[in-house]
Amino acid sequence: MPTTVIETPHRKREVIDKAVIRFCGDSGDGMQITGNQFTNTVALYGNDLATFPDYPAEIRAPAGTLPGVSGFQVHFSSSDVYTPGDSVDALVAMNPAALKMNLSDLRKNGILIVNLDAFEETDLRKAQMTSNPLEDHSLDGYRLFAVELTRLTRAALQQLGLDAKSMDRCKNFFALGMCYWLYNRSMEATVRWIEDKFKSKPQLAQANKLALQAGYSYCEATEAFYISYEIPPAKLAPGVYRNISGNTALALGFIAASQKAGIPLFLGSYPITPASDILHELSQYKDFGVTTFQAEDEIAAITSAIGAAYAGALGITTTSGPGMALKTEALGLAVAVELPLVVCDIQRGGPSTGLPTKTEQADLLQALFGRNSEAPVPVIAPATPGDCFWVALEASRIAIKHMVPVIILSDGYLANGAEPWKIPEISELPEIPVHFAADPVGFQPYRRDPVTLARPWAIPGTPGLEHRIGGIEKQDVTGNVNYDPLNHEHMVRARAAKVEAVADDIPELVPEGDPSGELLIVAWGSTHGPITAALKAQRAKGRRIGHVHLRHLNPLPKNLGEVMKGYEHVLVPEMNMGQLIMILRAKFLVDAQGLNKIQGKPFKQSEIESKIEEMLG
Amino acid sequence: MATDTLPVYTKKDYQTDQEIRWCPGCGDYAILSATQSVFAELGIPREKFVIISGIGCSSRFPYYMNTYGFHTIHGRAPAVATGIKLVRPDLDVWVVTGDGDSLSIGGNHTIHMLRRNVGIKVLMFNNKIYGLTKGQYSPTSEMGKKTKSTPFGTADRPFNPIALAIGAEGTFVARSVDVFQQHLKETLKKAAAHKGSAYVEILQNCNIFNDGAWESITEKDARSEHVLQLEHGKPLIFGKNRDKGIRMAGFDLEVVQLGNGITEKDLLVHDEHHPRAAYAFFLAHMEQRPGFPTPIGVLRAWEDLPRYEDVVADQIQQVQAKRGKGDLGKLLRAGDTWEIRA
Repeated sequence: MPTTVIETPHRKREVIDKAVIRFCGDSGDGMQITGNQFTNTVALYGNDLATFPDYPAEIRAPAGTLPGVSGFQVHFSSSDVYTPGDSVDALVAMNPAALKMNLSDLRKNGILIVNLDAFEETDLRKAQMTSNPLEDHSLDGYRLFAVELTRLTRAALQQLGLDAKSMDRCKNFFALGMCYWLYNRSMEATVRWIEDKFKSKPQLAQANKLALQAGYSYCEATEAFYISYEIPPAKLAPGVYRNISGNTALALGFIAASQKAGIPLFLGSYPITPASDILHELSQYKDFGVTTFQAEDEIAAITSAIGAAYAGALGITTTSGPGMALKTEALGLAVAVELPLVVCDIQRGGPSTGLPTKTEQADLLQALFGRNSEAPVPVIAPATPGDCFWVALEASRIAIKHMVPVIILSDGYLANGAEPWKIPEISELPEIPVHFAADPVGFQPYRRDPVTLARPWAIPGTPGLEHRIGGIEKQDVTGNVNYDPLNHEHMVRARAAKVEAVADDIPELVPEGDPSGELLIVAWGSTHGPITAALKAQRAKGRRIGHVHLRHLNPLPKNLGEVMKGYEHVLVPEMNMGQLIMILRAKFLVDAQGLNKIQGKPFKQSEIESKIEEMLG
Repeated sequence: MATDTLPVYTKKDYQTDQEIRWCPGCGDYAILSATQSVFAELGIPREKFVIISGIGCSSRFPYYMNTYGFHTIHGRAPAVATGIKLVRPDLDVWVVTGDGDSLSIGGNHTIHMLRRNVGIKVLMFNNKIYGLTKGQYSPTSEMGKKTKSTPFGTADRPFNPIALAIGAEGTFVARSVDVFQQHLKETLKKAAAHKGSAYVEILQNCNIFNDGAWESITEKDARSEHVLQLEHGKPLIFGKNRDKGIRMAGFDLEVVQLGNGITEKDLLVHDEHHPRAAYAFFLAHMEQRPGFPTPIGVLRAWEDLPRYEDVVADQIQQVQAKRGKGDLGKLLRAGDTWEIRA
């Protein structure tokens, strides 16, 4: 909504509260880089933001085809942002396929920038279009700007003597330059990035800078756009901020945990989308003594981490759903030998290979129960990209304190999505004390701490503590192999009680919104954004709604049952067929309703609001 | 020297109070006994030993050794051990495994541990049968073998474990036999001295499900007739009367009878440090050929390759030397940041 309009002789500048922009094009068009640059620039300016990178599983599907379309959406605002936005205000489409795949999300009268040079007969055929949308009036409801991006970029780079292919690869920056003009943003941060990225290729650095500048100047000179927009900085809490994605936040969180615990970090991992970036990120930090081991398979990834934990490191492994399935048996071993371990499952659509690059929350039951026999583990889930940092610390803290493997359930949307993150002071980080057993007097490998029920962490190399552990059932206290029926039941119950004891070590829930009322939304993971936005909108209409977002999924916070009793209805939105709701119904006999979306895409705010309105009338 | 403070160990120091649950007469007893003796002689503090096993009869081994021990899951011991070595290169890590554990379900981890040259000693008990699951054929069972799961005989060609280990770029590959106690102890000591991955195949008798599997080698007469005991720097001679040898014949090996103009000088001289694996590979394939002996001892001991854990640790040290130790506060503030003032 325009709040101020600044008139200049030929131009109008509108001050608005928020905008959603989406860059889309071929996988080879550099849309992820373009989106990231735009994000970084608006973040540095001080807007709150949320992003949604959406790319295909294929690295380079045939150019110009529908399966090859890659997109990046940024929602930026002068007030709080919770989602990447339900609809798009400005769409940049580099080819007909991108236009076809994304047009439905562009709002009426929205800005549509297309590359005119990419609408030839063959391009249209590749996008399976029978008529040219630029000519058939199908785009009449939008503010269409058909710009010769290819030709203009080539013209701008003419004097550099680059081949056509190299010049054409810069056209995304021409489009980016246009968007910077459109939203009155400085090109400075991107110019810095280009100079750093192409440090060793000065000609390419020059080319990208020229393309960026040319795009900006094009808007300035041609008066193509009558209006440009200004979105003032958001009023975020004071502090130093950076832009962060969920996977980066997890990586930094683990380094912080390793530093706070004073033990080395060991990551065993096998590449898998969308988790690989954590491996990439952590492999850079050898200066923090981080060891990253790219294992031969998912099983070696987790078992090497178990070995590392046995030897006294903070052992972690990162994967996605298919890899979780492969790690199942080893996770059971970690349960049996009661070693600290953190397993990150960056969920994606399934089953099997499913939708490797799309998001889903359907591994909850796998995380809770997906092992042979009784093998409970704590499960925790981040709510936002920045929250991943804190969840990594929390998982490490629980694993070490309670001598138990912990599962983190992130997802593709959190992993790749980004938001401004208030950088914490070191003093704000939780303590993670580590006690290695050292005294042979009275040492027993399964003698439990009376409060946490944790067994001692006795690492090889310690004189006098030589002992044996293993996956075979063992006697409590001594750890000796034992098949006695009553001992087995005792051990099964002891392992369960140890995980339940974590509930004493986590905070109780305090609902967002109304502390009691018509409706409570119970949710977990990346649905936090759209639910928060919907809650705000619906409460503004006078509805009395609360929201609890479960970070701890096992054990559940102790007061969850009490909290639910304070509301007439309970709604559980999930990006699965209804997994948390199954747990809530089983544990609390609560008549909760589900809202389930399994499309590989996050909820829209409007979808949550519709459900609330349907339930409350 | 560190040995000044090192306690004097005896075999007894490496025994545990746990009741041993192998079948009476199992070859595993002999291997356990040899290992306990050798560990006592290695001059290594007891707390530095870690024994990792997978699943199978052999994998109960750690429970009977008074060291650190970890009985893990089927086939995965090399991966667990790799994690330990990467965190604590100073530990002396041994993997105890069998033909099913190491070559079937754990085949992948075995070859990758070997190619990386992780400093782990592997004792692979080969009895050519699945014992703990009561008698199915294993990846080393001879083709056509009738077992519980193959009543009409196996259709699988067997693995040759030492050839596999050499093919996977193993830097130390040896073979010994459960009942050849002295030879077994010597072989274990050589494995212990090797820096990188050491893969030792131990021919072991399962007297319940595959009794006599190695009879053609262990029978008193057979032993001298069919076994070629490899010794570095010595010619390849075998036979009861030490009258047969191995020599090169074109791009192949042949068995020759000494005498009639053929002398020891014509024979191959064993070189366990040969830089190329092809020589050891030739030796590994001898026993599958009529008239050829079964080689035991060290086929390959090549020290030129750095250990995996050292390469990894060096990389960390180099980065730390260049960048200094990581500063968490700086890391969190890396890249583009902005400040919101109150």
